Amino acid sequence: MKRKNNLAILKTLIARTLIYIVLIIVAIIVLYPVLWVLGSSFNPISSLARTSIIPLNPTLDNYVRLIKETSYLSWYRNTGYIALLTMFFSVLINTLTAFIFARFQFKGRKAGLLLVMIMQTFPGIMSLTALYMIALNFGMLNNLHMLVLIYVGNSIPFNVWLVKGNLMNLSRSIDEAAYIDGATKLQVFIRIILPLSLPTISFIALTSFMLPWMDFILPRFLINDMDKRTLAVGLFEMTNFSNLNPDFPAFCAGAILIAVPIGLLYGVGQKYLISGLAAGANKGE
Amino acid sequence: MRMKIICMVCSAIIWGSGQVINKQKLKGFIFFLVQAILIFIELSTGTFSVLAGLKEATFRNCGYFTRGLWGLITLGEIPRESSATIVYDHSIMLMASGIISTVILLLFGLVWLWNIRDAYRSRAEIEQGEKSSSVEYIKNVWKNSFEYIMITPGAILVLFIVLVPVVTSISVAFTNYNRNTIPPLNMVDWVGFQTFADIIRIPIWGGTLVKVLAWNVAWAFISVLLNYGLGLLMAVLINAKGIRFKAFWRMIYILPWAIPGLVSLLIFSLLFSRDGAFNQLLLNAGLIERAIPFLTSTNWARTTIILVNTWLGFPYFMALISGVMTSISPEIYEAVEIDGGNGWHKFKSVSFPTILTATAPILVLNITNAFNNFGAIYFLTQGGPPDPNYQMAGTTDILISWIFKLTLENRMFNYAAAISILIFLVIATVSGINLMKTRAFKED
Repeated sequence: MKRKNNLAILKTLIARTLIYIVLIIVAIIVLYPVLWVLGSSFNPISSLARTSIIPLNPTLDNYVRLIKETSYLSWYRNTGYIALLTMFFSVLINTLTAFIFARFQFKGRKAGLLLVMIMQTFPGIMSLTALYMIALNFGMLNNLHMLVLIYVGNSIPFNVWLVKGNLMNLSRSIDEAAYIDGATKLQVFIRIILPLSLPTISFIALTSFMLPWMDFILPRFLINDMDKRTLAVGLFEMTNFSNLNPDFPAFCAGAILIAVPIGLLYGVGQKYLISGLAAGANKGE
Repeated sequence: MRMKIICMVCSAIIWGSGQVINKQKLKGFIFFLVQAILIFIELSTGTFSVLAGLKEATFRNCGYFTRGLWGLITLGEIPRESSATIVYDHSIMLMASGIISTVILLLFGLVWLWNIRDAYRSRAEIEQGEKSSSVEYIKNVWKNSFEYIMITPGAILVLFIVLVPVVTSISVAFTNYNRNTIPPLNMVDWVGFQTFADIIRIPIWGGTLVKVLAWNVAWAFISVLLNYGLGLLMAVLINAKGIRFKAFWRMIYILPWAIPGLVSLLIFSLLFSRDGAFNQLLLNAGLIERAIPFLTSTNWARTTIILVNTWLGFPYFMALISGVMTSISPEIYEAVEIDGGNGWHKFKSVSFPTILTATAPILVLNITNAFNNFGAIYFLTQGGPPDPNYQMAGTTDILISWIFKLTLENRMFNYAAAISILIFLVIATVSGINLMKTRAFKED
């Protein structure tokens, strides 16, 4: 009996050790590139090949060069500006539109929902040339606001379904009580619906805020001025093969300066982001 | 009855005039104002010298809408043969403005129909002895059309940012717009299904499409299944009994998800380059004699891309699956234990089925997203290495990055558009089936 017990303990012990070994190996694989960039950004050597993860003579030279010799700060400012506007209008338009679709019956409702759903499946890249033409047609080429319009417009199909699904789970009895008390539809939206859908709103706000920081193709197509570039395009050009004097350590510094704030934001909003994406796949089930 | 028809006809010709006959002047004036705006846009964007007979009258000199429709149908007539040519047509500009003006005309058309219907209805009310003033009517409109008014901003954005571009790109597939016919130097023409026929008939186009598509499908499935598998494994391991510092492990593994994907991909492209850190590491350790072409030989590049994508993608599934696992009630596990089941049984008969049911739609969504994952390919290898058997593509190119290259680098717009339509058909079918299974859709 005692022997059998010992064997069981030994088995658990081996299993646990194996699990810890796997956990540690995966942790190393996950952390290595992150630490490498962090180290490189503080390393004085200009050749990345000889860089070490723990810098022997840490220096801020790379950061200084990044800010002085590239337009990094104006890329950052442009992207931040686009991100804030996109966030504001995405939240406003998506919640309002979804509220209407979730709560009211009107002609064209079903057709609208279906159309929006089909639209969602079009590869965005397909519209590039046409968006370029539209921007040209309305004199919006090289204009940061055009990017905001496109981001907001493209966010509508996915988010309207998401918010609509969530609103359908909210009981209508609260709305109806408010209508009996004489509230208008707009008041119900602002006073009741908005506060109750805070998790979904956080999801939309976070995703639409993050999008401009990572989107590469649209700004690459629609923005030509060096000063109007966004961060994604700027960073890509720093490492591109066509760049004659690539400054990789400065790139690493630039990568750290963007990864840290966005990473923190992800950490804070983790809960909303994961459940929101899951709900989106189920169309807000 | 006769009066009703008279009112309708009047409103159809001069908007709002039927309403004026019905003694609803304010309403009539508003409808008339819309017509006036339409005519004003048309006249103010045309050339007045044509109206005065000073210039030869051509559609080119007409107002925005007439010119738009003419341009959409003909795609222009006069190429800009030299820089001295002053009057010329730019086919693609004409096509885009044509589609935009068609959409605007359709919107005006809706108001026109509303105006006619309203003239009829108001007359009918009058004949029945009811009468409502314009002001009352407008109040009623605000109350009854609240829905339409509120979705207007969203609808207009979707119309111009999503619908018009999609329609325009679909149209481009039916023209011969590519680097051999770049406007305004050349005229672009409607060619019907010629482009699609080319892709099927010309071996290098068809061959590239098949090869790119095959790798694209393999990539979408392998990459997502690896992400899902590793995510599942890590979630199970972290949540295993007796493992300590769960929060700490979770925090480390979530890192790749929190770092902007673009940044991570660019960093990996440096790490894996010919004289990058990984090659240096292996060379210094004496494990290899020559640098490994991680990103520059087909098989290595494909493997590297998939592995890097796993690094980027597993944390999301890990977090998602962890969430599902915490929602499984411990009583079910206890029931398995009573039946004499071990850890593996618990996983096989309780955890895994629950996780799979909860995450299946997300899995499908991720596969369709991975199908179009431009970044993972373009930022690592830019589609390379190039291959002479591929038409303007490299061996790691997927359809979306191929389209990007066709458009931006090679200006083969019609081919890019035709291939886009093919992608759309595939994706729309898959996500359509997926969507029809969801509860949200059935309820609607």
